[in-house]
Amino acid sequence: MSLFAKFDGIRAGVEALLGSVRNPFDVRFDRVLSPTEALLEGRPVLLLGTNNYLGLTFDPACVEASMRALEETGTGTTGSRIANGTYSSHALLEQRIAEFYGKRSAIIFSTGYQANLGLISTLAGRDDHLLIDADSHASIYDASKLSTAEVIRFRHNDPEDLAHRLRRLKGRPGNRIIVTEGIYSMLGDTAPLREIAAVKREMGACLIVDEAHSLGILGANGRGLAEAAGVEGDVDFVVGTFSKSLGAVGGFAASDLPDFDLLRIVCRPYMFTASLPPAVIGSVIAALQRLSTDKSLGARALSNSRRLYGGLEQSGFKLGPEPNPIVAIKMPDPARAALFWNRLIDEGIYVNLALPPATPGSLSLIRSSVSSAHSDVQIDRAISIMTAVGRELGVIAAR
Amino acid sequence: MAAQGSILDRGRIEAEIIAMLSGRVPQGVQVSSETQILRGLGLDSVAILDFIMDLEDRFDISIPLDRVAEVETIADLSGAIETLMRAAR
Repeated sequence: MSLFAKFDGIRAGVEALLGSVRNPFDVRFDRVLSPTEALLEGRPVLLLGTNNYLGLTFDPACVEASMRALEETGTGTTGSRIANGTYSSHALLEQRIAEFYGKRSAIIFSTGYQANLGLISTLAGRDDHLLIDADSHASIYDASKLSTAEVIRFRHNDPEDLAHRLRRLKGRPGNRIIVTEGIYSMLGDTAPLREIAAVKREMGACLIVDEAHSLGILGANGRGLAEAAGVEGDVDFVVGTFSKSLGAVGGFAASDLPDFDLLRIVCRPYMFTASLPPAVIGSVIAALQRLSTDKSLGARALSNSRRLYGGLEQSGFKLGPEPNPIVAIKMPDPARAALFWNRLIDEGIYVNLALPPATPGSLSLIRSSVSSAHSDVQIDRAISIMTAVGRELGVIAAR
Repeated sequence: MAAQGSILDRGRIEAEIIAMLSGRVPQGVQVSSETQILRGLGLDSVAILDFIMDLEDRFDISIPLDRVAEVETIADLSGAIETLMRAAR
């Protein structure tokens, strides 16, 4: 039997679904022109599915810092953080992240995925209990698999269910570690973090919050949902990524716990991979500076999100529960979602197609991510085209 | 139906699982004790995990993900639930 035979079902499902539409796993941009525009199949497309929330990928200060680092320190570190892969810029970025969050220390990872993988799998040891939200990102699930702890899912955004599951553990030894996210990546909903923090305090658990999609967006200083909810003191570990609001790649974890830096010698996804290239570190330091000094970026991303969400809602689409920079349209079925996604590209709009089992509740979603760099004209054009395609495919009622 | 938290034997747990699945599996899918959970129910992996969550509520236990991974058939699942209920007693 072929090594790949086990994936026959998945392959057949994808082939049956795609039929005459483009393969979403094979989209290749000819050229990216700006945070909101690219060329695809030789034609211009509006980028509305790139997580580029603050539009910093072409920010002159970020580009200049990146180029300077490239010229001064080369294309890559060619080593891991525990060997030759720590430059002064890596340490400086860690210091800046810690300062930004007001935490004692921060550790950077080569991707956001690895930040969750490393932090969670290392912290949650044998006899510990890891409680993860049912809608957690794949990196949290994979970290759970890698850990030796007992892993329990709690109902999505349900603090009472979390408390109930923690109560079931009464009398059993081991640490309780709760993992939640600021903004959830598929539907764009926020966690009830104040209530989750209250459960954490009551039950004596530890709390990890992944702010990947909320960094730069929520909170007066852009620190994410914990800041917006006023519970930063309850969060034992903040996790985040450089690949969304900060326009590059990489991830981090920050904490006040005195032993946090022990992770540097026990966390395998940190230790046994090459460190981020200097050019990435340079642009992220500049992007963090931009985020810290220009509060209008996050505000603009949110107002653009409300504009898109409001327009689509008015057209009759079924959407995720909140107008955050992730705006998800619920489609009637996977086939219609694929057709809708394909037609939007025909009409010059790139969004994400999200299908089960990658989605909560087996939903078929058209997932947009809104940027501060989008203009009102671009958002209105997207609403108009999505509405027309929605009517054409019977997703929403004809006028 | 027994009160939540009381111990049920494996046969009754299995009957309840099959009854709870009846409204969830696609039409035409017959569920028995030997049905393979991942391949035989016509549900994707997330739908299966969500169903397991309903079982956790029904039997007032938590079924850790590593235990879920070890389970292949409805009979295995019934056995795991019985074991966890006894351990939680």
